[in-house]
Formats: sequence, structure tokens, C-alpha cells
Amino acid sequence: MEQILQHLINGLVLGGTYALLGIGLTLIFGLMNVVNFAHGEFYTLGAYTAFAALALAGAGFFVAIAGAIVVGAVLGALCERLLLRPLRGESIDTTMLVMIGVWIAMQNAELLGWGGVAKTIPHPFPTAPFTVGPLSVAPLRVFVFVSALALIAAAHLLIQRTRLGCAMRATFQDRDTAALMGVRIDRIHTATFAFGSALAAAAGALLGPVFLVYPSMGDLASLKAFSVVILGGLGNLAGATLGGLVLGVAEELGAGYVSSGYRDAVGFVIIILVLLFRPSGLFARAERIG
Amino acid sequence: MIVLARAALAVALVTVPLWLPSSYHLHVLIMAGIFVILASSLNLLLGYTGLLSLGHAAFFGIGAYTSALLALKLDWSFWLALPAAAILAGLAGWAIGRLALKLRGAYFVLVTISFAGVISLISTNWMDLTNGPLGLPGVPAPELGPWSLRTKTAYYYLVLAAAAVAYLVCARLVRSRIGRAFLALRENEPLAESVGVDSTHYLVLATVVSAAMAGVAGSLYAHYTRFISPEVFLFSYTVTMVIMVVAGGKGTLAGPVVGAVLFTILPEALREATSWQWQMLAYGVLLVLLVFFLPRGIVPGLQRLRARRAP
Repeated sequence: MEQILQHLINGLVLGGTYALLGIGLTLIFGLMNVVNFAHGEFYTLGAYTAFAALALAGAGFFVAIAGAIVVGAVLGALCERLLLRPLRGESIDTTMLVMIGVWIAMQNAELLGWGGVAKTIPHPFPTAPFTVGPLSVAPLRVFVFVSALALIAAAHLLIQRTRLGCAMRATFQDRDTAALMGVRIDRIHTATFAFGSALAAAAGALLGPVFLVYPSMGDLASLKAFSVVILGGLGNLAGATLGGLVLGVAEELGAGYVSSGYRDAVGFVIIILVLLFRPSGLFARAERIG
Repeated sequence: MIVLARAALAVALVTVPLWLPSSYHLHVLIMAGIFVILASSLNLLLGYTGLLSLGHAAFFGIGAYTSALLALKLDWSFWLALPAAAILAGLAGWAIGRLALKLRGAYFVLVTISFAGVISLISTNWMDLTNGPLGLPGVPAPELGPWSLRTKTAYYYLVLAAAAVAYLVCARLVRSRIGRAFLALRENEPLAESVGVDSTHYLVLATVVSAAMAGVAGSLYAHYTRFISPEVFLFSYTVTMVIMVVAGGKGTLAGPVVGAVLFTILPEALREATSWQWQMLAYGVLLVLLVFFLPRGIVPGLQRLRARRAP
């Protein structure tokens, strides 16, 4: 029983960041119809930006995380403006190939710039865990989980309560009608990609101190993000949030009770099963944003 | 003109081991031949039925492991292990085809990625069978009667023959009634079904043939390098195949061949020019540029150029 609770706690902490990754990807996937294989690279970018700010520029921990979010958003906007906008209207295969190219280029640029040796990000939290009875959790992980939830809440507010969010929802539902109503589709796409990339970078900056930072860390992050998107349903923010938490817990239970070698298989099996039996996602009545 | 060019190409292909400066160059050509088979097999799906499989490395790896394990554990000869590899990979393709019937576009892509991911994790974790990440060393070289095909020259001819067969199989298939059904499904599935094309039947058929061909390539690879590890399932293999097909020209017979040869030689040439990190970086940038400036691929691009010149 205690063991299950401990797994649940670990799973939720992990799941919070999966949800962040998934929300970014589900927005890009749902609204722009781009299969963004470079999503995990923005996660890596966030981790390296935080590392650079902390270790090289001597910035504070929280400044470093905020910096990672800003860098993620700027590079995401650039990427959309330069690469995806000229290809609007091309098939989904074409944009996907471009994003695969971006993924390879970014990952190897990181390898070139930082080398293949894994880096650790220092953090100001005490290492002694909080303990409640037999359960324990590191303060850093609590911070990661709380920050992830705060960012998720901010994303929900942005989509539901702001003019930009309203325009994004309109674009998702019917691009042509939205354009006729005066929504500037180009800007919405740039904003969406920047926003999604910023969330991925935030996830990287938050998880960076928990794990190690290395150039290929984004590969698994991409696959987890795809599992979350599939689990939650395309373009479904609430679904992606729940999906992230479910995936985190499922992985933790799988690693605990089946075999730790198959931890990463949980996400793949979830993708296959959900697509076969509930293609619109576990939590969706209909595919929609919001 | 065209006949002459073709004859020159055939002569060049057959005599290549005689005038190449080093066995390293021959090695690059053998890898190119294996990738010709892989790219052609992927092209059957991506180019002719429009289904993008991003799990193609799984079929390649299944072929490699089947062939290597049969040769190592049961002492099967290469000539029996090769068809066995094709059959097992084809079976896996059948399973994926049946499972993914209702899925199209991005969802089909994700199922194939996940399938490859699961297979790759199994190959890493099933220590008793696959020896895990340590891999399987000592896969025997094929033998033909009294001769061993251990030398690069002999293996080059084996791969050349296999690639030629793969090309001919694709050509026959694509130009047959079946190939026309593939194209009809790619262009407009509801319309094709309305005139009696059974989409289930043809899409499963395409997946099975494609997977079996990839399995053959895997077997050839295993008996050539004589060592395999879970790295055969690496996603970068799949990405390389996709780049070859799209850059060469999907939906054309020559496209994947051109793409495979070009994109096997290019990284090697870049390796000589620069360090390996720059090489992969350049690879990524090149892919982006290719999609921008030659979105339909090299072969269709050349065809259009020729059509424009001769009005």
C-alpha cells in the first residue's frame, strides 16, 4: 500500500512535466496540423538554456527557468516564421520532414556546442526529502510539480480568457471562418508555435535539475509528448493535462511492478491501445480545443 | 541514347569492384545497396499507398535478428535464414497492417513509431534471446557451395543482385493491377472503394510486401557486418530511409534508388570533409533545404526539367 502511494507520488511529479510537454504539442498538432518532431528539442533547449544561465552567466535559479521559457518562445516563433509559414498548405508529410530536419540539426548543434557529456544543473533546494510517515519526496520535485501545475493553469487561462486564446480556439474550429472574422491566421500560428515551444522549454528547465542534461534527452521527451497527445485527444488541453498525469503514474507503476527496463514501453503501448480502441482520446467527446 | 546510358550504367555496376580505389569505397557501395532495398520497400508504402511508416527500422531489425539468431543458434544456412527473415518481418507487417487499418495520416505514423519502440525495447531487455545491448557477435558470412562470400567483392555482387531483384519486384508490382489499386487508394480512398477496390486487402498487402523487403535488407545487413545490436532499431535508420525516399522522389521507381545511393555516399563524403558532428548538423540542414527547394524530390524534379526543355 505504501509502495503504491509512493509510486503514485513519483508518477504525479513526473506526469506534471509530461502534461506541460503534451499541452504544447497538442496545441501545435491540433491548431497547425504540424507533426512537430522537434518538440523534444525545445525541451532540450530549455534545459541547456537554464544550465547556461546558471553555470556560465551566474543567474539565479528562478531567473534561469524564466530565461529558458523566453528563449524557447523566441526560437519557436523564429522557427514558425522562417520554416513553417512558407510551407502552409503543403501536405502534413512535408512539414513533418522539415521538423525532422530541425530536430536533427538542433540536436547535433547542441552536441557540437556542449559536447556529449551529461551536465547537472545545480539547484538551491535542500536534498533532504520531506517525509510523511513512510512516504518521502524531494523538495525539488515538489517545486517542479507545483511550477508545472501553475504553468498549466496559466495555459488554460490564456486559452479560455484572453482575446488571443479566443482567436486560437476559433482558428482550431474553422480556419477559414476565423480568417473571415478578422483573425490574423499567420499571427495565431506564430503565437501558437512560440507558446507550445515555450512550454516544452519550461518542462526541460524544470526537469533538467532532477535528471541530467544531454543532447539526446529530447528524443524520449518527444515520444512521451506524443503519447500524452494521443491519450488526451488531439487539441484537447484538459485531456493533455490528465493524459500527462496518467502517463506519469502508469510509467511509474510499470517500472515498479513489471520491469524497469520496460518503463519507456508504457508510453508506446498506450499509444497503440488508445489509437486502436479510442482514437479520439480517453477523455474526449469530440475533438476540440479548450 | 537511353539504351546506351543504361548499358553504361549496367557495365559500371558490374565492374565497380575492379576499379574502385579501396575496399572502404566498396563498403559504402554495399551499404548503399542495402539502403536501396530499404528505401524501395518504404516507397511502396509512402510513395504508392500514401501511408507513412516511421517504424520501418522495426522490420529491418526483425529481419536482422531473425536471420542472425537462426544462423547462430540453429546453424541455419544463410540461404534459409534470409527467406525466414523475410517471412517473419512480413508477418510483423501483416500484424501492423491489420491493426492500423482504420488509422490514417498522423495516427498511422504514431502507431508505427510505437511498434518500433516496443520491439526495440524488447531487443534490449530480452537478454536470453538477444543478448541485450551487448548484441550478437559472430554472425557467419554466407556460403555459396564451396565458396564463402566473406570478401567485400563477393558480398557486393550478392547485394547488387538482391537490390536488382527488389527493384524488379517493385516495378512489376507497381505496374500491375495491384499497383494501380495502390495509386487509386492514395489519390482518393472513398472513390477507389466505390469502384470496388478493397482498401483493407490492398493496404495490408502493401504493408506485408514492404515489411518483407525490409526484412531481407536486415538479413543482408546482419550477415555483412556479422554483428548486430539493438542499434539496428535506431529511429535514425527510419529517418534516413524517409529522407532517401522523399529526396529521391516518392512514388517513382528510380527515386528511392537515387536517394539511397546519394544519401549513403553524401554523409561519408561529408565525414571526409569535416568532423562527424558537423556532418549530422549538415544532414539536418540539408533535409530542410531539400524539402524547401525540391519538395517532390530529385527524380521528378529532373523529369520536369527535361519536359520543359523538350516542348
